[in-house]
Amino acid sequence: MPKLNAETRYTSDHEWVTLDGGVVTVGITDHAQEALGDVVFVELPEPGRQVEAAEACAVVESVKAASDVYAPISGRISDVNQAIVDDPSLVNREAASGGWFFRMDGVKEAEFDALMDHAEYQAHLETL
Amino acid sequence: MVENALPDDPSSNPESRPLATTPLDALHRELGARMVPFAGYAMPVQYSPGIIAEHLHCRSHAALFDVSHMGQATLQGTNAAAALERLVPGDIAGLKPGRQRYTLLTNEAGGILDDLMVARLAENRFLLVVNASRKATDLPHIEAALPAGVRLDPHEDRALLALQGPEAAAVLARLSAEAGALGFMGVLDTRLDGIPCIVSRSGYTGEDGFEISVPAEHAEALARRLLAEAEVKPAGLGARDSLRLEAGLPLYGNDIDELTSPVEAGLTWTLGKRRRMAWDFPGASAIRDQIENGPHRRRVGIRLDGRAPARAGTLIVAEDGTGAGTITSGGFSPSLNAPIAMGYVRRDLAEDGTALHLTVRGKPLPARVAPLPFVPHRYAR
Repeated sequence: MPKLNAETRYTSDHEWVTLDGGVVTVGITDHAQEALGDVVFVELPEPGRQVEAAEACAVVESVKAASDVYAPISGRISDVNQAIVDDPSLVNREAASGGWFFRMDGVKEAEFDALMDHAEYQAHLETL
Repeated sequence: MVENALPDDPSSNPESRPLATTPLDALHRELGARMVPFAGYAMPVQYSPGIIAEHLHCRSHAALFDVSHMGQATLQGTNAAAALERLVPGDIAGLKPGRQRYTLLTNEAGGILDDLMVARLAENRFLLVVNASRKATDLPHIEAALPAGVRLDPHEDRALLALQGPEAAAVLARLSAEAGALGFMGVLDTRLDGIPCIVSRSGYTGEDGFEISVPAEHAEALARRLLAEAEVKPAGLGARDSLRLEAGLPLYGNDIDELTSPVEAGLTWTLGKRRRMAWDFPGASAIRDQIENGPHRRRVGIRLDGRAPARAGTLIVAEDGTGAGTITSGGFSPSLNAPIAMGYVRRDLAEDGTALHLTVRGKPLPARVAPLPFVPHRYAR
């Protein structure tokens, strides 16, 4: 299970990203789950799919709205979290841990490093 | 990814005009509501428990909604009923004092300008409640048709609360036995806790309940009094929308508008019997033609086979691949724990059980026509 820490990166689309052994794990931030409200449906990408940075590759829907989740960097979908498909409310309860969306391998570390760090993401939230 | 997380509101334009607030604005903020722009007002979309919890609480206990953004106005004067009948197809003359009726403002083409509640407070005095998004259009439209001696007075000085749910009547009876004993669609000019109110036994959730028109300066005190009862919790516009969708009730601007007729919308029942003899309301000839020959399309309920919701604007495709219509309201049903929707389909596809596909994110999702309401109404008898 991923754990957010000082190395966690963020996107302006409110995804968190961790890197461990060449594999990134992607989820949505607590701010995002809070803004969405009760999550009722999640659609995840097919493992093996090659995705470009900023490509829409998952869908999260709350009672009120549907939103895309984007690939934060380029890579190959290596794993998806079936638990949030079976119980979408897990995204609300554990956005930063058990509610992760997908993992990617074949990523470039430089792309990961270029994402926002925690302080930059907090500053981004202040501008909303 | 959260740009779309709040409900769309085409009628509000926060860039250019400040949002109006309801008399309960401070209370909403104190209760931790998330406020969103809706029809030009800052309104609570949900409180901290969230839409699903608020929705289920309303279905099992009682929920208090602030619907003060809706337009309230008194219509009064000699032959006020006849004056209103020039604009609506409902039987207003036959409405008894102390009774309320759901009706429509129609245009000459048979389209719907708005849906509204008309309460007869006295022989020549009516309380009208119209949609927030339509009040700026409706009130001049009504006023322009009034003869001398009948006048329309908007009530910007009144709030509107909705107390809804199976325990609503027991709660309200503690404040007024008479109000708690109203029959469905009954109306009473009374006092609740000493506050002068107009109470009707009606609502927009499919549950038993009341709508309470109260002077703005007393609205917060009344809301606090009701929220102090153990059964009652606040609920926002999010739950109001999911409740009305389960109840199969149309939302103006989504499911009905100037381009939909009462016949297509399944609202032919709102046409008064006497009015259907005289055919003397706006759009009567177009509406009569649709009743006699059948409309080209009908509003229907739709259940999806999978878990993915289909939102308003989703295209509906027939089994043979031809275009069937469009979803006008769609979301997730907390009571059924499944996606539900309403939309218009070609009349040959409107039978319950008809298999359809909904085009969501470019993929066809299997669905079928389902009877409305999705959740049975539980109105007072």
